[in-house]
Amino acid sequence: MKIKDSIEGCFQLMGGDFTNAGTASSELKSILSKLGVSQEVVRRAAIAAFEAEMNVIIHAVAGTMHYVVSSEEVRITLTDMGPGIQDIELAMQEGYSTAPDWVREMGWGAGMGLPNIKKNADRFKIDSVMGEGTTLEIVIYTRKD
Amino acid sequence: MKLNDIAEIVDGHIIVNSTGGSPDIVSVCSTDLMSDVLRFATKGALLVTALNQSQVIRTAEISDIPAVLMVMGKKMEREMIELAMEKNIALMVTHLPAFTVCGMLYAGGLRSCLED
Ligand SMILES: Nc1ncnc2c1ncn2[C@@H]1O[C@H](COP(=O)(O)OP(=O)(O)OP(=O)(O)O)[C@@H](O)[C@H]1O
Ligand SMILES: [Mg+2]
Repeated sequence: MKIKDSIEGCFQLMGGDFTNAGTASSELKSILSKLGVSQEVVRRAAIAAFEAEMNVIIHAVAGTMHYVVSSEEVRITLTDMGPGIQDIELAMQEGYSTAPDWVREMGWGAGMGLPNIKKNADRFKIDSVMGEGTTLEIVIYTRKD
Repeated sequence: MKLNDIAEIVDGHIIVNSTGGSPDIVSVCSTDLMSDVLRFATKGALLVTALNQSQVIRTAEISDIPAVLMVMGKKMEREMIELAMEKNIALMVTHLPAFTVCGMLYAGGLRSCLED
């Protein structure tokens, strides 16, 4: 890895904007590859970021994806303005989804996103306030210890 | 297995060819659910799908999937084809349904990405 100090950046996300959905995660993936992060970590980070980005596009109004890469970890924080998640434990269950039919027709809404993020993250935290929004913090260690 | 071989087996047409040589397809993932691709697909798999949305290309890119095979002759918007070109994801189409395509590819020696 070529990282001495930490590197960070931020992307804006718009709810309902399927045309650009995925561009933030795609860019993050290429940034991580260029930094020399291991392929396995790049893939896990990209998948977790993409699922979280899609959740903002599908379920929220607007949000941001912020990333920090250091020699120790990749930290991705997604903050959105949106309805919030009432029951986080329920939302974390495989197959639970409130996505409407038109979202399912686009290939999403299987209720696998949050479980998928958890699987790819070394640390994962959700904070949500009903009627305000949701924050996800995803951490993936870059070092194999 | 190379794209040309796959196209021949499934009576398909290559719409977008990857630059830098045909990728070597090691397995197959057949689904229309993007989260299933993100969850289960392994690097180098061919995605067989009937979902004609740009999201398919984004998902392929994120999951290190080098090629997508559109079944049932589904029409693709220009936007999806252009994205595949931009992201260097090969794109094929066949008039056959997913069931038949998967049977043919299985008989041709490919296996599910879950059996990798
Ligand atoms: N950012 C968010 N804001 C509000 N609700 C959310 C958010 N993210 C997830 N949820 C809620 O949690 C549920 C489960 O999310 P999850 O990502 O696991 O599945 P999904 O998005 O419905 O489907 P998939 O991710 O498989 O396409 C969602 O259906 C939604 O009700
Ligand atoms: Mg989701």
